Amino acid sequence: MTSRNHTQDSSGVRGFHLDHQLQLLPMDTSEKTEVVLLACGSFNPITNMHLRLFELGKDYMNATGKYRVIKGIISPVGDAYKKKGLIPAHHRIIMAELATKNSHWLEVDTWESLQKEWVETVKVLRHHQEKLATDSCDHPQRSLLMDRPGRKRKWDEQKQDSSPKKPQEPKSTGVPRVKLLCGADLLESFNVPNLWKTEDITQIVANYGLICITRAGSDAQKFIYESDVLWRHQSNIHLVDEWITNDISSTKIRRALRRGQSIRYLVPDLVQEYIEKHDLYNSESEDRNVGVILAPLQRNISEAKHSNPTA
Amino acid sequence: MKNRIPVVLLACGSFNPITNMHLRLFEVARDHLHQTGMYQVIEGIISPVNDSYGKKDLVASHHRVAMAQLALQTSDWIRVDPWESEQAQWMETVKVLRLIERSRSKTADYPVKHLPLHHHNQLLKSSAQMEDPDPSKTPSASAALPELKLLCGADVLKTFQTPNLWKDEHIQEIVEKFGLVCVSRRGHDPKGYILDSPILRQFQHNIHLAREPIQNEISATYIRKALGQGQSVKYLLPDTVIAYIRDHGLYSSDGSWTGKGKIS
Repeated sequence: MTSRNHTQDSSGVRGFHLDHQLQLLPMDTSEKTEVVLLACGSFNPITNMHLRLFELGKDYMNATGKYRVIKGIISPVGDAYKKKGLIPAHHRIIMAELATKNSHWLEVDTWESLQKEWVETVKVLRHHQEKLATDSCDHPQRSLLMDRPGRKRKWDEQKQDSSPKKPQEPKSTGVPRVKLLCGADLLESFNVPNLWKTEDITQIVANYGLICITRAGSDAQKFIYESDVLWRHQSNIHLVDEWITNDISSTKIRRALRRGQSIRYLVPDLVQEYIEKHDLYNSESEDRNVGVILAPLQRNISEAKHSNPTA
Repeated sequence: MKNRIPVVLLACGSFNPITNMHLRLFEVARDHLHQTGMYQVIEGIISPVNDSYGKKDLVASHHRVAMAQLALQTSDWIRVDPWESEQAQWMETVKVLRLIERSRSKTADYPVKHLPLHHHNQLLKSSAQMEDPDPSKTPSASAALPELKLLCGADVLKTFQTPNLWKDEHIQEIVEKFGLVCVSRRGHDPKGYILDSPILRQFQHNIHLAREPIQNEISATYIRKALGQGQSVKYLLPDTVIAYIRDHGLYSSDGSWTGKGKIS
């Protein structure tokens, strides 16, 4: 695990010293590894908390002096995931796009949600890593913000692409690396029986890396210590303290909506308006997939049965 | 149909800068009061404190007012009142309450120079808006005078205990004559604060404790620190406020702040 230094001033507010403060001075940016943050999840709906994860992850990685975060990707899960209360992907995609409309570096990717079957997270990581490698080969000097085929294009990017104001991209050390951005809940879900394949977890932390935003004082460090796989690859697991307790879970948003309570200032205004306009969340929507087994559980349990017919 | 008592919520504070959490206070308080079935919240007012309050790092009030106005551009019921910040000196919260209430009970009689004219227009506008065709959404408020209540977080309730910060007679006037809507905050025990204070205990029927189930601890102190360290505060306060802070160089780490207040 990378270390963080903490200070606490007399008013009890904690700040943290940047690990490599000296390196904030002009440094040859070609030595930095370019990083793309990928967040997988239901985004049902997307909230300000999800968006904050990206900001915190980016600040943290950039502050180490070793990385330069060039992009953030939101990859909403497909409907085949079969989670309770999961509304159709196209709505969740639109809300994520509305939420990132004013962002220069966040984008929404539809590849995962367009697949017919549920896709394991490690496969989504692999897909995006391979895509970056291909882009890098084809166009070594090309800005990664430009359009790629198959990706939903945001309307204001039209203007961005043609504007000459973007400076030359600095040289970088090879292909950008994709890392999985998540909260502590995902990390701890590694322990849920049959939710993850062990080899998938290993590949995620060995080949890609995890940036985990955790509430200050959470048990994430203990969790890593207690797992041999995570412990072995701890240098690839970055724990980022979240000093602002940001409990804006989608579950609570949906509950508030069912009760006629306001969700303003917890989600971007455009998302709140979209939800209201389409009446997306109510008791009926929350009953979707009730009694249906979650896709990863279904798949992992049945695969285990096949390899172990007597089980 | 039972008529609800119309309520106006007033929040006083530094708003240095305004954050999504401040804005949430209003939403949570309104939902809570509506849920009691007894009230109809017709307006919310943010009144940033005067520069001469002397709080550390307080940027000039015209900035704090401007930022609050930007934040409230998209709100159809909350607005900023710069009056308190424009006075020659700091004034006690109870005086702000008294003043705003007086402006509603009198009409043309009230000396308009003490208050922006739009105050009256706003009140008339919000009264007209109560004729909503959808009775399930906005039950009609009675024609009675709106009750003005002080909106605050539980941390403010706690400060009633701080020696010499509030006058006892002011605390009493606030809870007896006006009323308090207090939104819970992590690490605070508002019921406990009430029980610990004889004045608050006596008027606890006039103190409404609203629970915010979605903890959202965005302190302005943290925001200022993050800005000073060049960290992102996006999604913690409205984009328009962030842009304003950037454009005016507020809260930057080289200490170039434009506040006029004393550094204590």
